[in-house]
Amino acid sequence: MAENKAGKQTLVFKKKIVLMEAASIVGPKEGQGPLAQYFDLILADDLLGEKSWEKAEQRIMIDTIRLALGKANLTEDDIEYFLAGDLLNQIITASFSARELQIPFLGIYGACSTIIEGLALGASLIEAGFADRVLTASSSHNCTAERQYRAPTELGVQLTPTAQCTVTGAGVGILSSQGTGPAITHATIGKVIDMGIKDPSDMGTAMAPAAADTLNQHFQDTNRTPNYYDLILTGDLAQIGSDILRELMRKNGTLLGTNYNDSGIMVFDKKQGVNSGGSGCGCIASITCSYVYKKMLAGELKKVLLVGTGALLSTTTYQQKESIPGIAHAIALEYLG
Amino acid sequence: MVTSLLMAFLVGGFICAVAQLVMDLTCLPPAHIMVLTVVAGAVLSGLGFYEPLIKFGGAGATVPLTSFGNALTKGALVEAQRIGFLGAFTGVLKEVSLGISLAIFIAWFTALIFNPKG
Amino acid sequence: MEGGWDLGSKITKEEEQRKNREYQKMANKLKPRRPILRNFLVAFLVGGLICMFGQLVLNLFIGQGMSAEDASGPMLAIMIFLGAFLTGLGIYDDLGKFAGAGSAVPITGFANSMVSPSLEFKREGYILGLGARMFTVAGPVIAYGSIAAILIALLSLVFK
Repeated sequence: MAENKAGKQTLVFKKKIVLMEAASIVGPKEGQGPLAQYFDLILADDLLGEKSWEKAEQRIMIDTIRLALGKANLTEDDIEYFLAGDLLNQIITASFSARELQIPFLGIYGACSTIIEGLALGASLIEAGFADRVLTASSSHNCTAERQYRAPTELGVQLTPTAQCTVTGAGVGILSSQGTGPAITHATIGKVIDMGIKDPSDMGTAMAPAAADTLNQHFQDTNRTPNYYDLILTGDLAQIGSDILRELMRKNGTLLGTNYNDSGIMVFDKKQGVNSGGSGCGCIASITCSYVYKKMLAGELKKVLLVGTGALLSTTTYQQKESIPGIAHAIALEYLG
Repeated sequence: MVTSLLMAFLVGGFICAVAQLVMDLTCLPPAHIMVLTVVAGAVLSGLGFYEPLIKFGGAGATVPLTSFGNALTKGALVEAQRIGFLGAFTGVLKEVSLGISLAIFIAWFTALIFNPKG
Repeated sequence: MEGGWDLGSKITKEEEQRKNREYQKMANKLKPRRPILRNFLVAFLVGGLICMFGQLVLNLFIGQGMSAEDASGPMLAIMIFLGAFLTGLGIYDDLGKFAGAGSAVPITGFANSMVSPSLEFKREGYILGLGARMFTVAGPVIAYGSIAAILIALLSLVFK
């Protein structure tokens, strides 16, 4: 048995790997939501004077990275590896941001679970002694996601009650082998779970089984229960997916109490007309790198389990009548300092 | 005058409402519903029901997409009856040529001068 | 949880499909229903109003001395222009969210379905962007409408 492993799917980090700095920038709609005060910057519009929304999303990711580096008093040269991903085909936001930053780059994709995948892999690089400082980023943009996955943004389409609204925003985390901050103690790598859901505007239902599978595996591997954590945050099952997750866990004998929440529910207010809630890589990324990080530094949250969930469909698979596979990765953050 | 407005409201509203019902019961995307609507108009036209509906409902029958199906079928039927097999093909786009040309030109012009707002 | 989650083990296709159906049944109980009655009424209202506006325009042209048949062309042009213009202004998508088929089924909605993809993909060029995408939704409509019409016309030759 590998010495840094617990159970079947969980990585155990024995070194002190800290989230030494985090930053997030979000769009105007997110800035009108309940978590506005926690984001580092709220944008006035989502085009930012660029020629396309794709370029605007790259701008957002790069600016968030520079913001995080500035807060940490670091430059691009101080970062050894850059791990990033986004929702767009060929993860162009991440790749084109890497082009500008000139940091050795590893592109990753886990749909909305990308930031968690990045943090897990980044921590692994540090644990194994390959690096001292790794930067992880993930972003999404409402308009780039709409025009790629669903419909032209000006087409009059009625949303169903299960539909989610892609968040415009980015989250960046800088991991270090030194310094202070919340430490990544465990990472549970998820399996792809597909229960035959075919509707792309019902992603919560498609992803909930993966979240349940990873959560159960995490508790089994670490011998922990939900009560161990001050907050268990999924991202992004939204209202419907999280209701289903509660039921799936309950059926399996585990009750998720008031310490369970979902970033898709938290990011928007119900009055903002977003049906089931928020979605997109930027959802859990921006909330982890603002709300969760700040609450942990303030001592209000000491032990957090972040579970990123991703819907691994493409426009092609949907049109070929394939179902939507889901995946979920979990990382445990603990701040004892 | 007022009767024509009321009839247009009722007939047009009804056609749209039925399309909405089909959309909600079948969970088909809007593009599929639009195709179904046009084909429904074509079938109603073939059965001879659409022209009376236009007399009855005015714009309530000519504004919805079903009217497009009716125009396609009318054109194809008239030419087919007149010259036979090939007429189905020469006639189908005759009645709708104004609508399609207008749509292409106006769509192009509008897309040129505006930008998407998201 | 000992023996808990068993999705990872290899199971037969039938067993897999049974589990999927069970899951979907459970999930459907937790999902909100589509507001079918509300959607029906709103589609009726908005669709009816758009058609009524078309009738108003028709009546105005007829009042100017045009025949009903001659007036339908200009009315069509005005409705297409209206749908296109409201799409360009960024208003038609909000109407669509609200009214569903009530805004998609009238000819204004057809104009919206041509303008919105052209507008969106203008950034990818005028030929393969604006030009090609103009018919993303309109293409199937014209294609299948024509196919239905041709088949009906051919059938009429067989039976009449």
